[in-house]
Amino acid sequence: MKESLKSLRFSITKRYGAKTVLDRLELDIRGRQFVTFLGPSGCGKSTALSIVAGLIPASEGSIWLDGEEIGHLPPEKRGFGMVFQNYALFPHMTVFGNVAFGLELQRRPAHEIKTRVQAMLELVQLSGLDERYPGQLSGGQQQRVAIARALVLEPKLMLLDEPLSNLDAKLRVEMRAEIKELHAELGLTSVYVTHDQAEALSLSDWIVVLRDGVLMQAGSPQDIHDRPRNLFVADFMGFRNFFKVRLAPAPAPGIVEGEGDGLRLRARDGGGFPPGSDAVLAIRPEDIRLAPAAGGANAFRGRVEIVEYLGREHEAAVSIDARTRVWVRTTERLAPGDALELAFPPDKLVVLPTE
Amino acid sequence: MRRGVLGERSEFDGLALVCLLPSLLYVLALFVYPFLYGIYLSLHPLKLARFSLANYATFFTDPYQYGTVWITFRLAIPNAVVVSVVALWLAYGMRRGIWLERTITTVLILPISLGVILLSEGILGFYGANGWLNQALLGAGIVAEPLELTHNYIGVILSLFMQQFPFCFLMLLGYISGIDPSLEGSARTLGATPWIVFRRVMLPLIAPGLAIAFALVFVMSFAVFPSALMLGQPSGATRSIAIAAYQQAFEQYDMSYASAIAVIMGLCQLAALIAIVLVRGRLASGATIGVGKR
Amino acid sequence: MRGRLWKLALYLFVIGFILNLMGIVGNVLVSAFAKRWFGKPLPPAFTTDWFVFAWKNFDLGQVLGVTLFVALAAVVLALLVGTPAAYVLARRKFRGKALLLLLYFLPLLIPQMTYGIPLATTLYRFGLGGSLTGVILAVLVPMVPLAVFVLMPFFEQIGIHLEWSAAVLGATRFQIFRRILFPLLVPGLLTAGILILVNTISNFELAFLLSGGGSQTLVVALFYNVFAGGVRPVYSIDAMAVIYMAMVMVLLLIALRFVRPTQMVFRLEGGGR
Repeated sequence: MKESLKSLRFSITKRYGAKTVLDRLELDIRGRQFVTFLGPSGCGKSTALSIVAGLIPASEGSIWLDGEEIGHLPPEKRGFGMVFQNYALFPHMTVFGNVAFGLELQRRPAHEIKTRVQAMLELVQLSGLDERYPGQLSGGQQQRVAIARALVLEPKLMLLDEPLSNLDAKLRVEMRAEIKELHAELGLTSVYVTHDQAEALSLSDWIVVLRDGVLMQAGSPQDIHDRPRNLFVADFMGFRNFFKVRLAPAPAPGIVEGEGDGLRLRARDGGGFPPGSDAVLAIRPEDIRLAPAAGGANAFRGRVEIVEYLGREHEAAVSIDARTRVWVRTTERLAPGDALELAFPPDKLVVLPTE
Repeated sequence: MRRGVLGERSEFDGLALVCLLPSLLYVLALFVYPFLYGIYLSLHPLKLARFSLANYATFFTDPYQYGTVWITFRLAIPNAVVVSVVALWLAYGMRRGIWLERTITTVLILPISLGVILLSEGILGFYGANGWLNQALLGAGIVAEPLELTHNYIGVILSLFMQQFPFCFLMLLGYISGIDPSLEGSARTLGATPWIVFRRVMLPLIAPGLAIAFALVFVMSFAVFPSALMLGQPSGATRSIAIAAYQQAFEQYDMSYASAIAVIMGLCQLAALIAIVLVRGRLASGATIGVGKR
Repeated sequence: MRGRLWKLALYLFVIGFILNLMGIVGNVLVSAFAKRWFGKPLPPAFTTDWFVFAWKNFDLGQVLGVTLFVALAAVVLALLVGTPAAYVLARRKFRGKALLLLLYFLPLLIPQMTYGIPLATTLYRFGLGGSLTGVILAVLVPMVPLAVFVLMPFFEQIGIHLEWSAAVLGATRFQIFRRILFPLLVPGLLTAGILILVNTISNFELAFLLSGGGSQTLVVALFYNVFAGGVRPVYSIDAMAVIYMAMVMVLLLIALRFVRPTQMVFRLEGGGR
C-alpha cells in the first residue's frame, strides 16, 4: 500500500442512556500492526470499531491519526477500509460494481478503475466472477469481495468486524491464513474484532480483551495466552481448573504457595500477592501431567469420573477428594473408575486475584 | 399415509378441507361470484337483456361519464405521488428509530382508525371559510380573503392525504428499516456522502417497496368516494368514477350499467398496477438477482 | 450542521401533521358543544343540548344498536370461519396454497368501492339489500381474510411440537384443540377480534352500499346527515360525530393494549410478499 498510518491513538467512551458500553477505552496502534479486540458478544468490541470508523459518534474522547484529531470527521473522509460481519455487499451491484464503487466515487478514470479492480480481484482469487451478483456467490467468495472492495482504495487502516464468523469451520481457518498473508504482503495496519480466541491468537501482534466495555487485558498473544491477569481472561483463554486459596509465606523466591479446597499448591509468582491474601490458582487441563511429580509437591491421587472423547485426546474429570474435581486432558485411554496420579507443574499454574 | 387431494405428498387431508371450506365458500360466494356476475351483468344491458357491449359504448361516448376516468386519475396520481414522496422522505429520515416513536405512530394511525367520514367532517370545519386555519391566516394578515380549501379539488386531496399518508409512511418505514444498516456503513467507509448513499445504495434497494406503496396508494385513491362527495364538487370537478357507478346503481337503478362502470374502474386500477409492476421489474432486476433466494 | 436541519425539518413536519389532526378533530369536538359558533376562535357559549337533540332526531339509540350488533356479529362470524382456515394455512403445505392466499388477500387489497358495487348488486338480487343480514354479509368479505391473516402468525408461533407431544401423551384431536391450541391462541383471537371490531365500526363503503332504512350503522348515518347538509344544524351532526369518535377512541385505547400500532394499519401484514 502507498501510505499506511504511523500511529492511531484513541481514548473513547460510549454511553447509551445510562448504560456505558465503552468505558474510556484507550489504545495506541502503530503502523503495520495487527490489533485484535477480543471478547464475548456485547462486550463493546464492535462498537469500538464502529466509532473508529466514524459510523457512530463517541460520547466522549478523541481519536488521533498521526497526531491529528479525526474524531469529528465523517467516515467517508477518514480513508479507512472496513469489512463487515455480514459482508454488506450491495445486492444490486455486480462484483465489479461493488469493488469499483469507491473508486468511482473518487472519480478515477474508467481505465484505471478497470485495471485496479481486476488486479484486486486477482489478488483475492476472484478473477472471472466480476459480472456475478453477490447473491450468486458462496459465503467465502462474498467475504473476498468485501475485502477486495475495502483494499482497492488502499486504506490507511483496515477495520474488520468478525469477518469470519459467518463461515464454516474449515473455510474459516483458510480465510484466516489468507487475511494474515494479505496483511503482511500489503503492509497493512489492521484492527480486527472477534470472539474467537484461536483467531485472535493466530492473527494478532497485539490483543485487547474486553468485557462489558472495560479493558481486561492488553498484550501480545503469548502474554494473553500464558499470563492472564484476571479470572475473566483466564476463563476466556481456556483455563478450566480454578482453586481458591489463601497464600502462605513464599517457600522459595519466585514461587508462591497457597492452600485451599483441601489442597496445597505451588505456583509461579506473578507478583503483587502478599502472603495471607486470597487468590485463585488456575491451570489448563492440558498442562496437568499424568505422572507423579518428582519432588512430591503439587502431586495428587485421583479417580476418573467422566471421560469426554475429543478425537485426538480425552478430557476427563478426575476427583481428588470429595470436594475437588479437576479436568485433565491426555492422549491416554481413560475409563471411569481408573485411579490416576496427577502432577501440576508449578510454572503452568497462574496466580489470579479473586475478583 | 395421506393421499393428497391436490397432488402427491400433499398435507391436504380431510381435516384441512373441513377447516378451509367455510372461508373458501364465503370468499367464492361473496367475492368471486359477485365479480363474475358483475362482469356478466355489465354485458347484458337492462334494456336489451342479451349480450351486448352497449353499456361500455354508452360510457365511452358520453363525456359526462368518460370524463370521470380523467377526473379520477387527476385526483389519484398527484395524491399518490405526493403521499409516497413525503412518506419516503419522512420514513428515510426516521429509519434508525425515532424519539417518541410509539407515540408518533399512534398519532399517525388515528386518521385511519377514525375513518374517512369523521375526518372529512372535521376537514370541512377546520379548513372551511370560517375554520380555524382561515381565521389564523386572516388574523396573521397572510391572506386578505379566506382560502377556498373545501368543496373543491383541494378538499378531496387533503382528505386523501390524511387517510393514506400514515398508511404509506408506516409501510415504507417497515420496508426501509428492513434493509441491512451495515450497507450504509460500508458505503460510507468507501467514501460515499449521505446523499450518495441514498442515491446509489438505498434508493435502488427501496425502489421495489416504494413501487408497491405507490401502487397501493394509487389504487385506494382511485376508488375515492365519500370524500369526493363530502369535500368536493360531486357533480363537477371531483365527480369520480365511483360516484358515477354509485349514481347508476342507486339513483338510476341500472345495475347493469353500474356494473359496467365498476368493471371499468377495476380495469383502470388493474392497468395502473400492471404498469407499476412492470416498472418495478425494471427497477428491481439487479436487486432481485442480487439477493438471490430471498 | 446539515444533518441537524434535516432532522429538524422532519420533526416540524410531524408536528405540523399532528397540529393539523388536532385542528380537524378539535373542530368537531368544539362545534358539538357550541351553542352558536361563527367566525370566532371559540364559541361564546357551550352547551350539551346538541347531544340530546342528536339522540332524539337521528334515532341514535337504534343506530348504535345496529352498529354494535353488526360489529359483534362480524367479529364472531369472522373468527369462527377464519380460525380453522388460518390453522390449515399456517400448518399445512399443499399445492395451490399460494394461490389460495392470493385469493384471500384480494378483498383486502382491492378497494371496497370496486367490488362493493357488484357485491351489492348480488345481495340485492337475493333480496338481502338494505337488511341487517346484507350489511353483515358484506362487511364480512374483507374481515374473514383479515381474521385469517392476523391469526396465521399466531398459529405459526405455537410450535407443532406442542401438538405432537400432546398427541404422544394420548390427547385426541379435540382435546389438543381445547387444552393446547385454544388457550395459547387467546391473545391471537383477542388481537384479531379487536382489529375486526375497529375496522367494522369505521367501515363505510360496504355498510353504505348495503344499508337501508333500519340497517344504518353509525358512520353511514353520519355520512347521510353531513351530506344532506343544511337540513340539520351542523352542531348536532358534530355531536353525533363526537359519539362516533368516542366509540372508536375507546376501542382504539383497548386495542393498543393488545396490538402494536402498526398492526392497525397493516391489515395486509403476513399476506403480502
